[in-house]
Amino acid sequence: MPDNLTQLIFGRLSWEAIPLHEPILIATFAGVVLGGIGLLGLLTYFKLWGTLWRDWFTSIDHKKIGIMYMVLGIVMLLRGFADALMMRLQQAIAFGDAVGYLPPHHYDQVFTAHGVIMIFFVAMPLVTGLMNYIVPLQIGARDVAFPFLNNFSFWMTTCGAVLVMMSLFVGEFAKTGWLAYPPLSGIDYSPDVGVDYYIWSLQIAGVGTLLSGVNLLVTIVKMRAPGMTLMKMPVFTWTSLCTNVLIVAAFPVLTAVLALLSMDRYVGTNFFTNELGGNPMMYVNLIWIWGHPEVYILVLPVFGIFSEVVSTFSRKRLFGYASMVYATVVITILSYLVWLHHFFTMGSGASVNSFFGITTMIISIPTGAKIFNWLFTMYHGRIKFEVPMLWTIGFMITFVIGGMTGVLLAVPPADFVLHNSLFLIAHFHNVIIGGVVFGLFAGINYWFPKAFGYKLDAFWGKCSFWFWLVGFWVAFTPLYVLGLMGVTRRVSHFEDPSLQIWFVIAAFGAFLILLGIASFIIQLYVSFRNREALRDVTGDPWGGRTLEWSTASPPPAYNFAFTPRIHDNDAWSDMKQRGYERPLKGFIDIHMPKNTAAGLVLSALSGVLGFAMIWHMWLIAGVAFAAIVISAIVHTFNYKRDYHIHADEVIRSEDARTRQLAAAHV
Amino acid sequence: MSQAHGDHHHDGLHPDEVGHGTMPDYVKGFVLSVILTAIPFWLVMGKVIASPATTALVVLGFAAVQIVVHMVYFLHMNAKSEGGWNMLALIFTIVLVVITLAGSLWVMFHMNHNMMPHMTPHEMRVAP
Amino acid sequence: MSDITATHPGAAGAGAPVQFYETTEHHPENGTLLGFWIYLMSDCLIFACLFAVYGVLGRNYAAGPSGADLFDLQLVALNTAMLLLSSITYGFAMIEMNRNRTKAVLLWLAITGLFGLAFLGIEMYEFAHLIHEGATPQRSAFLSSFFTLVGTHGLHVTFGIIWLVTLMVQVGKHGLIRENKRRLLCLSMFWHFLDVVWIGVFTFVYLMGVLP
Repeated sequence: MPDNLTQLIFGRLSWEAIPLHEPILIATFAGVVLGGIGLLGLLTYFKLWGTLWRDWFTSIDHKKIGIMYMVLGIVMLLRGFADALMMRLQQAIAFGDAVGYLPPHHYDQVFTAHGVIMIFFVAMPLVTGLMNYIVPLQIGARDVAFPFLNNFSFWMTTCGAVLVMMSLFVGEFAKTGWLAYPPLSGIDYSPDVGVDYYIWSLQIAGVGTLLSGVNLLVTIVKMRAPGMTLMKMPVFTWTSLCTNVLIVAAFPVLTAVLALLSMDRYVGTNFFTNELGGNPMMYVNLIWIWGHPEVYILVLPVFGIFSEVVSTFSRKRLFGYASMVYATVVITILSYLVWLHHFFTMGSGASVNSFFGITTMIISIPTGAKIFNWLFTMYHGRIKFEVPMLWTIGFMITFVIGGMTGVLLAVPPADFVLHNSLFLIAHFHNVIIGGVVFGLFAGINYWFPKAFGYKLDAFWGKCSFWFWLVGFWVAFTPLYVLGLMGVTRRVSHFEDPSLQIWFVIAAFGAFLILLGIASFIIQLYVSFRNREALRDVTGDPWGGRTLEWSTASPPPAYNFAFTPRIHDNDAWSDMKQRGYERPLKGFIDIHMPKNTAAGLVLSALSGVLGFAMIWHMWLIAGVAFAAIVISAIVHTFNYKRDYHIHADEVIRSEDARTRQLAAAHV
Repeated sequence: MSQAHGDHHHDGLHPDEVGHGTMPDYVKGFVLSVILTAIPFWLVMGKVIASPATTALVVLGFAAVQIVVHMVYFLHMNAKSEGGWNMLALIFTIVLVVITLAGSLWVMFHMNHNMMPHMTPHEMRVAP
Repeated sequence: MSDITATHPGAAGAGAPVQFYETTEHHPENGTLLGFWIYLMSDCLIFACLFAVYGVLGRNYAAGPSGADLFDLQLVALNTAMLLLSSITYGFAMIEMNRNRTKAVLLWLAITGLFGLAFLGIEMYEFAHLIHEGATPQRSAFLSSFFTLVGTHGLHVTFGIIWLVTLMVQVGKHGLIRENKRRLLCLSMFWHFLDVVWIGVFTFVYLMGVLP
């Protein structure tokens, strides 16, 4: 019976899934295919496949994985920003009779994809990538606690990103906004594949993130170098610790809620439906129990970056280390007590609203304390305005203003006017861009020389910074104005022509940010071209204070020839002040974990499972699921997962560095 | 932390990696669990307490105690394992569980009351 | 030997040599057990969400059957006994593991697995019976929450049994080596944790569910 067999194998996948009638998508697809062929061609021409597989894709080295996360985040930034440009353009021209160029159903997918991609596939990978790269180095460890899981986590995240990208060309994406509230996201109102793409890409990426959280948490608890007590850890490690606590504690909630939504869609249960006892408000409640800690997951590491950057470029020990630690821990705990401020207007009443309004205001206090600590660190410091420091200053001004609009929104009566208006959009972009994005650029510029052995070009770095800073304010101040005037979010067409000027200004701001991103890409390219001139031979180009700066740039696979012993905060500063001399002999074999393809295989199978479930290809889904379980079990039968780096190799590596350092002093 | 410790017993396992149970412990835990299970079942099946609300509270109380019994006798929970991190993680998790449960119930009760004002608890049960 | 120490500059000879690094291989403590415990805490939070959903939606019968109509508490008591017995038999397996008695470990693991299968069998019988009576997961929010919460617990037990069988093969093959002991300890935590969750289930869902 060929029809039934076709149904079983292909589910609801058919040729109609390819959007031939959408010119924008066809053009994008053509671009991707050409670019993809170009890239694959280059890889083949330069015979890089072997290296790519052996040294990167199957690597369990936290440094390699960290860099791969960064690459993923930056690539997805381009896609997510393309969505932003599309929205700005549409909103700048669609007034009255002019309908713009994006039909509503397409526009809805654009804003949904923009949010999902920016949060899950740009911010999270970039933050995770930095934590992965830097934390083991800062604590004097050779790798994370579970190196295989680290590789697996990366590929699961990538797999989720691939599914989202596939939705461009096969089927469509969700039209529900980035949190996919039911009943709109339920099977009755979104019967198509869009919400399923959303669910599966997030569930798969979510597994990666959760395991990454466990990994870094255990790493920080168990693998600190001797003498590094908790209160001697660098601040970036502290914020990473708290961030990973939040990840472990918040992502299960997302997993559970999305699973319940998918049960409503696949099985017909009644969790979030409008009939038979379901309650859509429960979805909103649960998703924000995840959602609020999520924004702290994004911002806490960045606060850590700023602490490192400020103390390094003020050439001063960070002011108020203990209060920074306490503030971070307090934020971690309080982040679980504010979630309702995302839905003051849903109707829980005055008593509930006032409780959460008060807790929301309280949580701004520890963040304020951090700002003061950074300012006091800079006071009487000898400040160097390198590019990371510029990003930091930009952050302080931008983020603080964004935070203040947040405190305004924390007042329930004010929120009743401003909820879901463009004021809200401006607020959260203010804190995410001013906080997370600026912080990531500061971190990238700061740690790039460590990872690649040469600094990033300062001129293009400054261009990028100024375009981003000015561009942000030009793009989002009009949105504050529009929001105060009552304009709602997620609208693709307007009747009132007096609003248009604000949208045009905002579009110009987005264009400036585009120049900022372009400057960043140019910065990467120019720096690579001039890498010899920008070379860092000392391993410590900025006069850093923490352990990662004691290694070569880039560090050898084993990080430290001998595990460091710590005596004080700012361990590297302490070592430099006390006349530390690098060991020149006595090197020993070093025990290291082996590379493996298991993470990639399991993730690829998960991707197949996700795709099959989206398209109701039950047979393939079943087979993929069985394959995942069997592969995982087979993997556990592999007991030989490590090897030793021979002392000779360590000697060679350390001698090379000795020569490099000697040449630098000449 | 040099090589000096750990390898002289338990196959090189750290003291934390050894199962800590003893036979008396497991038996005690088992017997306590049986009792703490049997009583709630009896209370409910026998409709022993008149008020359902009180029964619910008593039964929840027994559950809480039995969970502690399991933690102590089966999971060997103590404040020292893994340098106190196990206990810290457990306490943090319990706090979050309480917030999630209590918070959701509080919030949703108010939501339902405000957004579906004609739905009494009775209505909720019998409305299709 | 290399200069592994440095005296504090200007210390006027009083500074004891400061060691800045270890000279022998430094082995950090193994993090598997802590990592697994933390994973269990995250699993606890998934269950917390499912309990919260049951708490909010658990009385929405949609004019359909309620817990009082459906639950067979004697069957639940039997099920509870199966799980509790499996907990203690796993405990016996751990005691034998400490005594390095491989065959005894395998025996107690097998018995644990059988109790686990009995638990699952009874539960599947219960589910089949409910569905046959028309009390399907789709019938009402109460039933959706019931099947999902109890079913998720059952799925965890299923994975636990698969893991148990896998470990039995691995212990049979490699004996009670360090890595296998660690894995047995992880499964031990998992298994007892599932019993803890079950206490919550039989109390919150079944016992309180039949109360008016």
